[in-house]
Amino acid sequence: MRKPLIAYIVSAAVLLTAVGLGVSIGSVHVPISTLWNQGADAMATNILWKIRMPRVILAGLVGASLAIAGAAFQGLLKNPLADPYTLGVSSGASVGAVMTLFFGISIPFLGLYTLPVFSMVGAAITMFVVLGFAKLVDRGLNMETIILTGIIFGSFLGSVLSLMIALTGEELRQIIGWLLGSVSMRGWNYINMILPFTIIGSFLLWMNRRELNAMLFGEDRAKHLGVDVKRRKLVILIGGSILTGAAVSVSGTIGFVGLVVPHMTRLLWGSDHRHLLTLSFMNGATLLIICDLLARTIISPTELPVGVITAFIGAPVFAFIFYRQRKGGTA
Amino acid sequence: MLQVTGLTGGYGKEPIVKNVSFNVQPGEILGILGPNGSGKSTLLKMISGILPKQEGSVEIGGKNADSYSPKEFARNVAVLPQMHAHAFSHTVRATVELGRYPYQTGLFSSWTAEDEAAVTHAMERTGVTRYENTLIESLSGGEQQRVFVAQALAQQAPLLLLDEPTNHLDIAYQQQLLDTVRSLAADEGKTVVSVFHDINLAALYCDRLLLMENGEIAKIGLPQDVVREPIIHSVYKAAVKTQAHPELPKPQMTLLPSLNGNAAKPFLVDETQFNVTADSVQFHAPQSLKTVSSAVHNPGTGWYTTFVNRHVDANYNCDDVKKEMEEYLEKRGHHLTDTVGMMTAVQTLHAEVATYADEDISIVIAVTAGVGNAVDVSKAITREAYVGTINTWIIVNGRLSDEAFIQAMITATEAKTRALQTEEVLDPLTGTQATGTSTDSLLVAATQTGQELPYAGPVTALGKLIGAGVYECTVRGIQTYKEAKGWKS
Repeated sequence: MRKPLIAYIVSAAVLLTAVGLGVSIGSVHVPISTLWNQGADAMATNILWKIRMPRVILAGLVGASLAIAGAAFQGLLKNPLADPYTLGVSSGASVGAVMTLFFGISIPFLGLYTLPVFSMVGAAITMFVVLGFAKLVDRGLNMETIILTGIIFGSFLGSVLSLMIALTGEELRQIIGWLLGSVSMRGWNYINMILPFTIIGSFLLWMNRRELNAMLFGEDRAKHLGVDVKRRKLVILIGGSILTGAAVSVSGTIGFVGLVVPHMTRLLWGSDHRHLLTLSFMNGATLLIICDLLARTIISPTELPVGVITAFIGAPVFAFIFYRQRKGGTA
Repeated sequence: MLQVTGLTGGYGKEPIVKNVSFNVQPGEILGILGPNGSGKSTLLKMISGILPKQEGSVEIGGKNADSYSPKEFARNVAVLPQMHAHAFSHTVRATVELGRYPYQTGLFSSWTAEDEAAVTHAMERTGVTRYENTLIESLSGGEQQRVFVAQALAQQAPLLLLDEPTNHLDIAYQQQLLDTVRSLAADEGKTVVSVFHDINLAALYCDRLLLMENGEIAKIGLPQDVVREPIIHSVYKAAVKTQAHPELPKPQMTLLPSLNGNAAKPFLVDETQFNVTADSVQFHAPQSLKTVSSAVHNPGTGWYTTFVNRHVDANYNCDDVKKEMEEYLEKRGHHLTDTVGMMTAVQTLHAEVATYADEDISIVIAVTAGVGNAVDVSKAITREAYVGTINTWIIVNGRLSDEAFIQAMITATEAKTRALQTEEVLDPLTGTQATGTSTDSLLVAATQTGQELPYAGPVTALGKLIGAGVYECTVRGIQTYKEAKGWKS
């Protein structure tokens, strides 16, 4: 870690700029001053607070959740290619969410949170099954083994999703749009849905920042350094599942954010989790806000799902990291 | 400090380590040795709590190891792992700081002055301070390993466990690392338990060795009690020879390769292979001979192919005799590391070279003898110190043991003395019987092929040949010398 303070200042500045751009640019230009100007045009105020702002905040929270979860997964698995999407955890969360919609499940006590909770359960189950299977195949948990397992389970869960969608019929289009990943037209309700889980999940991960540093040297080494590996690992996996599940439940599967952001952050500021987690959180928010901005403006008036943009950026980065790893470089 | 009692366990159901008990005191280094699969690493992993134990107990600092919390355990036991690669890189300082993890409490950073001091001290101790802000990935293997030593030191644990710490390190780093470990035990009273692959390194640095075989203790004790030919042979199934370390009272061993291309081919040395000129007596062997000598160039024990006894003027005087000798040998095209060189003021043309043999054994003896003191005695100390007067070579066709070399030298010396007596050579100062001259040199070399010759005392056939041969050659040499000098006996 070089100059952590500068890293935080730069990241915060970029994030604020992204928020500013996100709320002002669009089919209707809304001047940034609307934020604080009481006497601003009523329509501009409406667009800003009812449409743009919730959208930007939601994008930010989803991006932040996925990025910090990705950073933690990569540290825990010592695998630069791990992220909620490549591990198949996002698919698991989708199945949980679609199942909730499909069966019309609503648990009174959970209310609004039924969807994210089921999504998280789906994420957590997938996570443990994927890791369990990968360990069965290869005790050393090779980079390729984990990714392959993620692909296997991702495909399987994808077919389960297709089956459920085929059986629903009328809501088909809506669910497909949701699956491709989007933060459009969600409103403040969705922010309420994700916010508590983003906070809890991120906090669980941040609590384990030193442990993640130790686990970069392997689980045995971490144990020698006094880390309660079993417990910490469980907490990190649960934290990651909460974040992934919450993100997927509000925005569908948005791939590669958890891969690209920690990778870039590490390149710029080093892989010390004491800073990496927080910085990935901030930069993840920035990235998804920008991607969403692109998604709705690039071929305006048509909107692209934001997942298309992240995949467009993410897949080449994935290829690049894979290449670097296999050629013996460091990520 | 560490007390292991009846420890049994391993990976699966079948225990790899069976009923192992030992203890280690503060300031002591215990080395764990054993062939691959003997359970030495498993044993260490069980002590460090990575692998579960089925039976037995590990006590650390008087407390059962299982009763420690993970952080408490890490404050008492530091482990230095084998080297391996990592996916992500920390800076050196961040890596060493992790050694303070077991001292961190609370949710927020509780970095204290004590933590800072421990990290600084650990980095200084291992000499990695100057890499502080470098990524460990960009350091060499040896430097990386030092960073991990620093990390383990920052834990400030009284017990240090090392798992083949010198794997993949070149010898300079091996030495540095183990010197550091040694001084940690000596200066700071750390208790060290280390798994070793290299028996010689273990013997050099450990106070005691524990030799494992099939999960059990084959032998535990001082290095000299453990590194012994029969024990190593039976545990490792490898043919070895042990010998003393040249500088330290520690045993060392070397492998004995089984017969292959580089084994010596049998050959016989006889007097016709000697080249006697006015400049020198020379013998060049087709293969290296094991040699023990008091020569000027390459004295002591070694393997050499070329043997030179060089004539120098009686007034030869030089400040750096060894260097002058090297220049002489090089000028004549001799390979310095393969050559033994002596010098004599005697005419080398008068050398006596003869083969002595019975039905089994043959030896060649070469003597240049001079008993006169035709020089100013007050200068004899400076001048004649390197100019041999009676130079004796004994080349044996056979395989000599270490004791045979020494016995051959005794026998040869006695025969030489007897020759001086026969020739009635007296000490000119005291007028008593001379036993030799002040600067005699002796060389015993053997082909180390063919017949085993374990002894060379006068009672053996070899001793008889040496006794008779050296006596005869020396007598003839002295007679020739006297004639050349014009002394009539």
